[in-house]
Amino acid sequence: MARVTVDGIIVEVANGSNVLQACEAAGKEIPRFCYHERLSIAGNCRMCLVEIEKAPKPVASCGYPVADGMVVRTDTEMVRRARRAVMEFLLINHPLDCPICDQGGECDLQDLAYSYGSDHSRYAENKRAVQDKYLGPLVKTVMTRCILCTRCVRFASEVAGVPEVGATSRGENMEIGTYVEKALTSELSGNLIDICPVGALTSKPYAFVARPWELNKTDSIDATDAVGTNIRVHARGGEVLRILPRTNDAVNEEWMADKGRFSFDGFKRRRLDRPWVRVGGKLRAASWQDAFVAIGRRLEGVRGERIGAVVGDLCDAESMMALKDLMTALGSPNLDCRQDGAQYDVSRREFYGFNTTIAGIEEADALLLVGCNPRREAPVINARIRKRWLAGGFPVGVIAASGPDLTYDVESLGDRPAVLTGLLDGGVGFAETLRAAKRPMIVVGGAALAREDGAAVLAAAWALAKEVGALTPEWHGFNVLHHAASRMAALDLGMLPGEGGRSVAGMMSGGVDVLWLLGADEIGPGRIGPDTFVVYQGHHGDAGAARADVILPGATYVEKSGTYVNTEGRVQIAFQAIFPPGEAREDWRILRAFSEVIGHTLPYDDIETLRRRMVEVNPVFSRQGLPRFGAGELAGPAGDAGAVGSAPFSQAIHDYYQTNVISRASVTMSECSRIYSHPVLQAAE
Amino acid sequence: MSGQFSAENIGHGTPGHAPRPATDQQPSHFAFDETSEAEIATILARYPEGRQSSGVIPLLYVVHNQMKRDTGSAWLPRVAMDTVAKRLSMPPIRVYEVATFYLMFNTKPVGRHHLQVCTTTPCWLRGSDDIVAACKAEAGLRAFEETSADGLFTMTEVECLGACANAPILQVNEDYYEDLDFERTRSLIAALRRGETPERGPTIDRYNSAPVGGRTTLLEEVGTRHADGQPGTLPDVV
Amino acid sequence: MLNDRDRIFTNIYGQNDWRLAGARARGDWDGTTAIMARGRDAIIAEMKASNLRGRGGAGFPTGLKWSFMPKVSDGRPSYLVINGDESEPGTCKDREILRHEPHKLIESALIASFAMGAHTAYIYVRGEYFHETRHLQFAIDEAYEAGLIGRNAGGSGWDFDLFVHRGAGAYICGEETAMLESMEGKKGLPRMKPPFPAAMGLYGCPTTVNNVESIAVASTILRRGGAWFSSFGRPNNCGTKLFSISGHVNRPCLVEEELSVPMREIIDRHAGGVRGGWDNLLAVVPGGCSVPLIPASTCDTVLMDFDSLRAEKSGLGTAGMIVMDKSTDVIRAIARFSRFYKHESCGQCTPCREGTGWMMRVMYRMVEGRAELEEIDMLEQVTRQVEGHTICALGDAAAWPIQGLIRHFRPVMEERINAYKRTHGEGTRLAPTPANLPVPMAAE
Repeated sequence: MARVTVDGIIVEVANGSNVLQACEAAGKEIPRFCYHERLSIAGNCRMCLVEIEKAPKPVASCGYPVADGMVVRTDTEMVRRARRAVMEFLLINHPLDCPICDQGGECDLQDLAYSYGSDHSRYAENKRAVQDKYLGPLVKTVMTRCILCTRCVRFASEVAGVPEVGATSRGENMEIGTYVEKALTSELSGNLIDICPVGALTSKPYAFVARPWELNKTDSIDATDAVGTNIRVHARGGEVLRILPRTNDAVNEEWMADKGRFSFDGFKRRRLDRPWVRVGGKLRAASWQDAFVAIGRRLEGVRGERIGAVVGDLCDAESMMALKDLMTALGSPNLDCRQDGAQYDVSRREFYGFNTTIAGIEEADALLLVGCNPRREAPVINARIRKRWLAGGFPVGVIAASGPDLTYDVESLGDRPAVLTGLLDGGVGFAETLRAAKRPMIVVGGAALAREDGAAVLAAAWALAKEVGALTPEWHGFNVLHHAASRMAALDLGMLPGEGGRSVAGMMSGGVDVLWLLGADEIGPGRIGPDTFVVYQGHHGDAGAARADVILPGATYVEKSGTYVNTEGRVQIAFQAIFPPGEAREDWRILRAFSEVIGHTLPYDDIETLRRRMVEVNPVFSRQGLPRFGAGELAGPAGDAGAVGSAPFSQAIHDYYQTNVISRASVTMSECSRIYSHPVLQAAE
Repeated sequence: MSGQFSAENIGHGTPGHAPRPATDQQPSHFAFDETSEAEIATILARYPEGRQSSGVIPLLYVVHNQMKRDTGSAWLPRVAMDTVAKRLSMPPIRVYEVATFYLMFNTKPVGRHHLQVCTTTPCWLRGSDDIVAACKAEAGLRAFEETSADGLFTMTEVECLGACANAPILQVNEDYYEDLDFERTRSLIAALRRGETPERGPTIDRYNSAPVGGRTTLLEEVGTRHADGQPGTLPDVV
Repeated sequence: MLNDRDRIFTNIYGQNDWRLAGARARGDWDGTTAIMARGRDAIIAEMKASNLRGRGGAGFPTGLKWSFMPKVSDGRPSYLVINGDESEPGTCKDREILRHEPHKLIESALIASFAMGAHTAYIYVRGEYFHETRHLQFAIDEAYEAGLIGRNAGGSGWDFDLFVHRGAGAYICGEETAMLESMEGKKGLPRMKPPFPAAMGLYGCPTTVNNVESIAVASTILRRGGAWFSSFGRPNNCGTKLFSISGHVNRPCLVEEELSVPMREIIDRHAGGVRGGWDNLLAVVPGGCSVPLIPASTCDTVLMDFDSLRAEKSGLGTAGMIVMDKSTDVIRAIARFSRFYKHESCGQCTPCREGTGWMMRVMYRMVEGRAELEEIDMLEQVTRQVEGHTICALGDAAAWPIQGLIRHFRPVMEERINAYKRTHGEGTRLAPTPANLPVPMAAE
């Protein structure tokens, strides 16, 4: 530790910290543009200058290491003069276009200009103009505003792992861009908008839409993947205008994936805003009462085992709980959340959770990915893996179908589950790497479990984890990476076939007479038998609604308060940001109302009671945060590790930008899909 | 002093320090030839294991040289920069950054004779405006960065060439022509046009950087005028 | 005047053979192994005793710099990087060493590397010095061939490799950390210090960066003794130095002289005097364009060394003198420097990137006189705002020439403005400098 005096305040900071951090520890705010906690230090904006005793010149505090006994002054005439000077230089070539700039109101340059700017400009020369650059369909550029802090260059090469942005040319003619005018190939590109301290990089979909002070901000959870990214939904007048990440070091740090950030225009398109009932083969608009009655009539006389329910990937825990209780009341054991047909063992939570935790990745010292492509399935987690990899000493082995570059060096071990057997019996060299590691991690992805031998793969992966020492009382190195936001909560609530119940496959082809789809669009509704009566409860007119006999309009994740459990098993609550459109309602309320119609009234009138019911079913729902844990019981999940098949792993996600009803309804995501996922078609155009 | 203080390139569209977008006329293919491969092997041996990106500037020179051999114009097509990036396991953008940062790299084709006129103060004091005027008049150019219609000459304004005691200087490709004036510059360019390669160095009766009229020091020994000029006997460097 | 036999660079004009045979005849490579046999500490002590100060411009004591290198390696190799990126207007000394005295440099590089525990040295030569690099590379090949460098260099037991690395046209790469970045294959953006190169330099390893001239004199100093070298010049300003004289002199040239000789003596004796006579002198930029000019009145008495020039608020810099006679438009001369710095700013940090362009544009208007009198003070303030606020010294270097101009030639600037007003009327300066028009000559 080093003792540093900042403006008379003595603080102790870790050796190797920089002066800026010491100043912050002392509660002094240091203005900065180029410095960013999560990026390397560039020291080029010169805004964070402070005075250090015995230094003849002001010192850039972001890049200057602390020393014991150092005396720092942050508010002297020298410092103020220096910062004013830097601010003047930044402003001479910065356009005075704040009134038409989307960064206005949340611009670092604007804010600091209040403290260090002058009320007039002494610069009488022509200002610099810079041609705008193309960075893809998500990030809009107004390069004349760029102050060349290079945060975006560092973000792209360090965090996103796509070194495609650079500063070309030099001096005052230096320009940020890709030079070749190509779309940035990152699923994290939206974060460039957040880290840009000025209005040079702004959101294309949000361009000229609103001012930050006009927006109602609601804390929420991103439901487009299973990371549980903490977000803030910015809405105005019942319309979501943008979504930004919230900082949560345990989950997403301050990053967010593009699908969660930019698919919000899907909230408005192809929405189900009123109930529909199929009459004579055609869907007709109906009232809630008519819809409920139509379902009630059809249910009459149907035995419980002929009724089934499937929940989709975007569902909140509350609606799933209500659906489960309803099914129980109807006497149905046919319940499933595994649209992809994945096989789990839910007898212990550690068999289906990301037990190392996301933050725990940074402590791991070796990684094996099995049937999983985190770049597509959980971009933010992929960034965390890359962060760990950048720190060095982190061998990564991959058993998966070939996919996009993961942004870190990997040892490709093949694409068949037999490699697991090879690792177990020592035939594959990477086993040694895992064994030599102190805290090895094994991550099993959706593609490894959604196959016939899924249980065997799971058992083999666990056996390997046990074998290489990934399961100790201090370290839990066995992980399942989900990519559906609802999956963990569904498994926690037991949204699986009950005693003698049917799975998704069993409910297809006439396996049940009445099928309730709660936002389930990914099952391939064509597989449902022609005589099955389908109730689709959800928010978008997608595959499920097209097959439905009755449509009950539900709410998207921003339109209801809901509980989500991320792949780690972290229970998080999203608040309602806007109201569902038209007659659409929160999903648990729909189920509650329907239960009353058929005389099986669910025992909760408000969401608090419902949440207490969830805790009853599984106490994890009362848990705040997520304590780290090691492995206790070593006995593995059901499944014969030796029975792994020979089929190669497939890709769990083929088109990152089109994985759910919201992103499929989003114009922005379609554009991304066109540009990124189908570049060949583009080239052919 | 005649001519104008060459301020025609304040701000944008200016040589060197201006944004240097690649030209639209890009070849679709580039591969190192045998000569280049041999040079690359020598170059990469200079740097420690895993530090091959140190070779980026030398390799860009290799591209320049090969393009000069192949097309008569030393420049960097984008596909060649990508080739360099691949060879050195660097992201292409890092090569683009280098290629646009350093003034000597041409991201557009240049003429067979690249006239690089120093106009910095020491040369200016000794008449670099006349050199610029002579280049324009004799090579048929109107402005810097322009290539003559016959493709023979491109004129670039450069900063100090580091030969101030022999100012003013005109660098033609790799050769310095020193102690120039208007007339001698004209005849130099005329000679280049005729396909001759005039001897580089001072264009007046002067021994390298010794004072005109003879040395004031080191008088005990006298050498020959051409101790320096032995073109062709030395290996080329990259 | 320095006696010929006390000159280090006896072939600086290339009047004799620069190759190995010629160099040997002049005494290079004589007893190199014996010098190395004295050991690292003795060599560094001798260099310290010579009081040699770095010849690249900053004047940092060379022996002291060498002593910063780690005595015991922590596993990382050490490097010597020799700075031959000579690009400062007015300076053309290293060029002559590279092409006419390459063996002095190579021999000294071996000794210096040995003294610093470096088995590898790189010479970074500016890209424009193509033929100079050919000479140097030829000489290096000769030295390898003769076993003077390479494995067990000259039988000294020290393995030593020497490589040439060409730059590609960026003045900023003469800044030591920018040079290291450039050598690593990046843009030449100066690094923040600390860490200093001696702790973390090339490839993150301990590195010393020395100017070509600072290194090249080392072998002679060690052969003839630190006391011999420090017997020239005044205390704290010791030794001999290459001076280049350019501009309005009758016979521009490069010459080796002892430090602390009067400026006038150098100009008169070696450069044939000022064009039109000493009384026709207007000002001299004494050490490359980074140092403020000094007016003729001072040139009579000032000595060419660190302290004397500093006392005149200028500096020795690289000792590249730019002489201007009374026909010179001194404002334009300095404006061209501003243009140079604007062109060569790497663009990394704000004050320099923005400030150099601003200063240049105001200077351009000052050339015409298209300005207000108050703007002279504003310009001065802008230079102060750049100075001391940047990562490297280029910002300072861009500010100083303008400060020197204002200090010594303010009346000329004011008269230019007034003249412009007389011709064009008041208030015309409000039009900014058009971006693509040449700046006219001063209003006559």
